Amino acid sequence: MTALQGIRVVELSHERGAFAGKLLADMGADVIVAEPPEGSALRRWGPFVDDRPDPEQSLAWWHYNTSKRGVVLDLDTAEGRAGFGRLVACADLVLECEDPGRLAALGLDYADLARPELIWVSITPFGRAQPGRADLATDLTVLAAGGPVWSCGYDDHSLPPVRGLGFQGYSTACHFAVMSALTALLWRGASGEGQFVDVSMHAAANVTTEMGSYCYLVAGTTVQRQTGRHALETLSMPSQVRCADGRYVNTGVPPRQPKEFAGLLRWLHELGIAEDFPEAVFLELGAKRDFVDLSKIGLDDEITAIFGAGRQALEFVATRLSAYDFFVGAQRTGMPVGVIYAPEEAFEDLHFVARGFQTPVEHPELGRTVRYPGAPYRFEKTPWRISRRAPRLGEHTDEVFGELPRGTSFPR
Amino acid sequence: MSANALSHLRICDFTGQLAGAGATKWLAALGAEVIRIEDPVKQGTWDILRMMPPFVDERRGVDFGGGFNNHNVEKLGITLNLRTEKGRELLYEIVKRSDVVAENFAAGVLAKMGLSYERMKQLRADVIYVSNCGFGHTGPYASFKTWGPIVQAVSGLTFTSGLPEREPAGWGYSFMDHTGAYVMATAILMALLHRQRTGEGQWVDLSCTDAGLTLHGPALLDWTVNGRPTRRPGSPHSNRSEYPALAPHGIYPAAGDDEWLAIACRSDAEWRALGGVVKEPWVREARFAALAGRLAAQDALDAQLARWTRGREKAAAVAALSAAGVPAAPVAKPAERVDHDPATAGFGLWPTVRHSKMGEVRVDGLPVHFSKTDWQIERGGPCLGEHTEQVLTSLLGLSQGDVAKLRAEGVV
Repeated sequence: MTALQGIRVVELSHERGAFAGKLLADMGADVIVAEPPEGSALRRWGPFVDDRPDPEQSLAWWHYNTSKRGVVLDLDTAEGRAGFGRLVACADLVLECEDPGRLAALGLDYADLARPELIWVSITPFGRAQPGRADLATDLTVLAAGGPVWSCGYDDHSLPPVRGLGFQGYSTACHFAVMSALTALLWRGASGEGQFVDVSMHAAANVTTEMGSYCYLVAGTTVQRQTGRHALETLSMPSQVRCADGRYVNTGVPPRQPKEFAGLLRWLHELGIAEDFPEAVFLELGAKRDFVDLSKIGLDDEITAIFGAGRQALEFVATRLSAYDFFVGAQRTGMPVGVIYAPEEAFEDLHFVARGFQTPVEHPELGRTVRYPGAPYRFEKTPWRISRRAPRLGEHTDEVFGELPRGTSFPR
Repeated sequence: MSANALSHLRICDFTGQLAGAGATKWLAALGAEVIRIEDPVKQGTWDILRMMPPFVDERRGVDFGGGFNNHNVEKLGITLNLRTEKGRELLYEIVKRSDVVAENFAAGVLAKMGLSYERMKQLRADVIYVSNCGFGHTGPYASFKTWGPIVQAVSGLTFTSGLPEREPAGWGYSFMDHTGAYVMATAILMALLHRQRTGEGQWVDLSCTDAGLTLHGPALLDWTVNGRPTRRPGSPHSNRSEYPALAPHGIYPAAGDDEWLAIACRSDAEWRALGGVVKEPWVREARFAALAGRLAAQDALDAQLARWTRGREKAAAVAALSAAGVPAAPVAKPAERVDHDPATAGFGLWPTVRHSKMGEVRVDGLPVHFSKTDWQIERGGPCLGEHTEQVLTSLLGLSQGDVAKLRAEGVV
């Protein structure tokens, strides 16, 4: 049994919302993704298998459309519009990301097709009723105008602020679209009523900036970007260190408790490098205390030295070890530090492999099994699962329309 | 039927920080009764945001953290000393009346306190229990500790945000605390939907690093299919767009102090439109006319474009480019997007709550609107133990005298 078994979703394919459809499909919803005759724009995005552009070999299409069935609908023809109407008539939920006005002009909007129990989730750059050029919104512009970019970058402000990769402007809006869809489904289960949900990508980015927004909302202050760490009103101490193998780690929150100073000292001895670290004596003092009162930093010389030695010791060990060995060693002494992995390095790491994150998916046409990213969560009774590879263009058009009640003719 | 989508639900909430509290914020804003359980002995300071800046004024202490208020609006807060037998008994009575137990302690902490899923299931067979921690409850790193930046480091998100041949810039805030919260809310809602239809509860193990690793999209397939790593010379260059291949695509300086704007051309037509605004000789150079040429000469292209943007006021440049049909956006500073952006104001994105001690404070709203059961954010986060008496009397039927006695005994 899957969590969303029997829930039918009609998705109009769009790069902004494909991830939302995947989240629902991989939990068991019957997601039917509709593409125009020339195929979804995502099929023209690379990378491609063996770098050969081909709408059936786009890895972007593959990734974002797992577990879905695919149909072709040409909304510019009367038949295609009728086909969409037939699909929606049998759907629990519609997921679409068209610019405001487009579906209304086609006579295919919520107002045109709604039944009392239908749920309709619209993802648009600014919301259905807000100003802004929706047609010009991209992941980059959403993250720039919405706040995330302001907070990301380097201490050196002559360098531009940075947008993180992975289409996170889209993924954030998609998470909200899925939370909205599920909330509306729960309420429909209790009340029998469907409804319309208006998701704004710009708003989603704006409330996904942590202190960027709430420092201003609460205290009127403006955070400033800093290399590899939280943007804050004032400059904080660096927390990224380059290790002996040239790779980086995040050294996290410096040690503050006596047992942390003791653990750090023990680790230095285990590594046989305590002699090379003159400040080890302060770690010893920290370890012997009942309590290290951080409010006395800068006031009490010994506490200042203890706190400073903890931070320096972490940096010192990091320069003596590989990033991975530092990560595992520090975590084993109880300190929350992290190796800065490239995505593929995390994917191949033993922890993620042991948790079964790598997910084999059959691609029969290629005669190969491809390893995909796995589950964001582990459900005890209704497991996440990729039930099939992404559909080929129009792969399920006959099948899906064959299942629908007889009515309008088959769309071409 | 109430107009609140989730008002039929009660959540026994052990979450804190943002990764957990952000999840139950969604549920509370949509009408669920969320009861935060906090420790009277440690004054609720496991959630360090209770006493962290920003602050509305000079007052300090566990009831004045601005971030805590932001993430805990519309929730009830009670204190229970779970080290005491009576405290645990009261908790058990709350669990019997709760649909969901939500927690984001380090793996195993609640089980050690006698509050495992197995125990909770004995109290209420159909309970949904969602655990959210850094590395999940199984795997070699299950005991490792994290906070947002560590999750981002290990799951590849820090690495994929940065400029080439420099250390990673990472995310200047806990993007994965936000996203972990969204994934956690999604898991809770999916489990509730399954229970609504089958009567079956379950446990969900959510690992924030797994969730982070799901966000690289096609880059991981490029690795598993084509063997191309993201760690390679010149990569990542995250303000650019390798997939889909676009140029120009970046963040460029504007006139003034630390002012920037984002520009993306998705087609040769948009490039020509940009040329119509920029009107300099270099935009007509043949090498830039087609995408392949612009990609091949991207460094020169970016340098020329930056020379043009640098002398221009951010808002004016964005307006001119947008009017010409070129995707462009300001890198918005907090004040600009909170107080001077019609698309956030018009969406009602910054509601004002009334907090019992702080008074009126603006907070992050939700980036969605439901046509029938929209969210409501009016009440501030709970002061420590603010609703202990209310919950124990109204939910468990204790008298005020009983509560006073429990207070005297150190149980609440």
